[in-house]
Amino acid sequence: MTLATKRALTAYLFLALPLVFFLCVRLGPMVYMLVMSFTNWGLLRKTVKFIGFENYIILFNDPVFLQALGNTFRYAVFGAPIVIILSLLIALLLDSIPKGKGLFRLIYVLPYITPVVAVSWVWRWMYQPPPLGIINGILGILGLPAGEFLNSPTQALPSILAVNVWVEMGYCTTIFLAGLQTIPKEMSEAARIDGANDQQVLRRITLPLLMPITFFLMVMEGIQFLRIFTQVYNMSMQAMGGPLNSTKSAALYIYQKAFTNFEMARAASASVVLFLIIMVVTVLQVRFFDKRVNY
Amino acid sequence: MLKRNNVLVVLLFAILAFAVSAQTVTITYWQYYYESKVKLMDELIQKFQAANPGIKVEQVTFPYESYNQKVAASIPAGEGPDIINLFYGWLPTYVKAGYLAELPASDFNKAYFDKNFYPFVAESVQFGGKYYSVPTAVRTLSLFWNKKLFKDAGLDPNTPPKTLEELEAYSKKLSKYDAQGNLIQAGLAMQPTGQGHNWIREILFRQFGNTPYSSDYRKVTYADANGVAAFKWYTDRITKDKVGYPNFATDDVTAFKSGKAAMNIDGSFRIATLKAVKDLEWGVAELPAYKGIKSNYASFWTHGIVAGTSGKKLDAAIKFLKYITSPEVQELWLEKVGELPANPGLSEKYKNDPVISPFLKGLAYAHATAFVDEAGQRTVLVDAVDEVVLKKVDPAVALKNAAAKEQALIDDFWKQ
Repeated sequence: MTLATKRALTAYLFLALPLVFFLCVRLGPMVYMLVMSFTNWGLLRKTVKFIGFENYIILFNDPVFLQALGNTFRYAVFGAPIVIILSLLIALLLDSIPKGKGLFRLIYVLPYITPVVAVSWVWRWMYQPPPLGIINGILGILGLPAGEFLNSPTQALPSILAVNVWVEMGYCTTIFLAGLQTIPKEMSEAARIDGANDQQVLRRITLPLLMPITFFLMVMEGIQFLRIFTQVYNMSMQAMGGPLNSTKSAALYIYQKAFTNFEMARAASASVVLFLIIMVVTVLQVRFFDKRVNY
Repeated sequence: MLKRNNVLVVLLFAILAFAVSAQTVTITYWQYYYESKVKLMDELIQKFQAANPGIKVEQVTFPYESYNQKVAASIPAGEGPDIINLFYGWLPTYVKAGYLAELPASDFNKAYFDKNFYPFVAESVQFGGKYYSVPTAVRTLSLFWNKKLFKDAGLDPNTPPKTLEELEAYSKKLSKYDAQGNLIQAGLAMQPTGQGHNWIREILFRQFGNTPYSSDYRKVTYADANGVAAFKWYTDRITKDKVGYPNFATDDVTAFKSGKAAMNIDGSFRIATLKAVKDLEWGVAELPAYKGIKSNYASFWTHGIVAGTSGKKLDAAIKFLKYITSPEVQELWLEKVGELPANPGLSEKYKNDPVISPFLKGLAYAHATAFVDEAGQRTVLVDAVDEVVLKKVDPAVALKNAAAKEQALIDDFWKQ
């Protein structure tokens, strides 16, 4: 055995452990879930039998599931781009200030490193109707009408979305800042010598060079918003995704089917649907961005 | 030589220990974590073990939020307890799933329940004519009022409203608004997710001349003209009078505790919570009547024996079950937990207790809804109120939709 094969073997050996872990803890349950989604498995049912696509048919005839899917899309379609745009703006601003960069970066990253449950409950309190909520307190002092926020079927979803945007901004800003610092100064300096103004430098040099990072964040944030759960669970009354299911995400729907209704197979089928959606969205993003990413 | 002796001694001890353990039966009791209940149960177990050498009882508790999940996941896996505490509304589901064992008819039969328990208890602990569980305590609803806020509003702090008309007038007087017209003090807490849905379901419907369900609770019948009138009376308090709304000051209990709500409809299980709040002067009254009709909603947590418990464990479980539902324990339960004795014979003693008696009076005319899917059925009415309040849906339409949805849940349960 040559030294190279020995090395490779050692590497494989070390890699095998995470592989076993991946197979047992990730892939195994996923395959199991796929199989079980075609059965009538429920914790309260004594026997399990195959029922074909019945769960999927029930699922797509369930107005609550369709509403949850719609909500999930709304979280992702509005959430991910807003986060990306805002954090890019903030990162550009932070990159241009000479002093206090560290302090601001810390301020922006704080929400991200705070536990989501704590963030959700604090915001839930801030959103409270008068006389308790601080936001409505400020609106009252300014003589403005009180907002309903989490108690309104139209405002609740944007209210939860806003909190998640605020949280995710910390992460995206940090990544963007790191990306900005990898752009060689020579490029923009050369462009300026050639007579480019700030806008041109931004549009022709900075943004294109940030493309790989933007793409990475777009995919990550897309997935993040598609699986939104904790915020909805903690910010809606009795963790129901209300009022009137207006904030219920697909992930919360799955959780409720499995752990309040004990309909494991229906939860499994909903998980398969969510999985497929995330996969399709990610593949589409890869296709779309791949052409523009590399320079 | 010394070594051999040691081995002998160890062996001897092992044999002795085995002999003792063979005689001792260990049974497990599960309930959700509620401090006063858990502490009292520990005491009861001590007493029971002292009186029954050879039986050991282990108490295991779980947070309320995950209790049902834990049960549903553990029992089919054979890792469940021998005796389990469950909400009476879950009983049909548990029995259907095969989790609960039928109680031996020699100990627990119709005569036994008729003699020792309120009639609604006997009805709710049986399924398909067989008995499955026994409760220690029961609960009803009452009107809680804040005496200080009554005084502030110029009302007599010792005269709570006795009729729905009075309740309506009082709650208007007790409501306060800020300059923008936002409610800052609720005259009456309106929380369908709390006891509100039970108040509508078993009390308001009946008071307006409706019978919400068929006698076997398999047909939803509340969506007639009287039912709609009752439902509209409830939603009008929110939309027209604006004396309270769902989730005001977080929820009804928080609002009442913090003096942000002057009145609330709540259960006897809240007594201990409210007693612990300093500087809160409150009173309890029978639920307001309407057109001379009184009604109430009764509910209870109950203990059942898990299917598959057999032999010595079953004997021990029956003994323990009998003990924790005995009149002696029921009185302790009232004293330590605040829930009412499930044995009507004990109520005489508390006839003049100002806090307990309104709840006890309610028991005489209470109904215990025979839920098949407690969470699902609750959500149906909660959503109906939300539709009226948040989406301006006509109460008649919202109630009709609710009845159809609830009927579907009930049909689904009985179909399978």
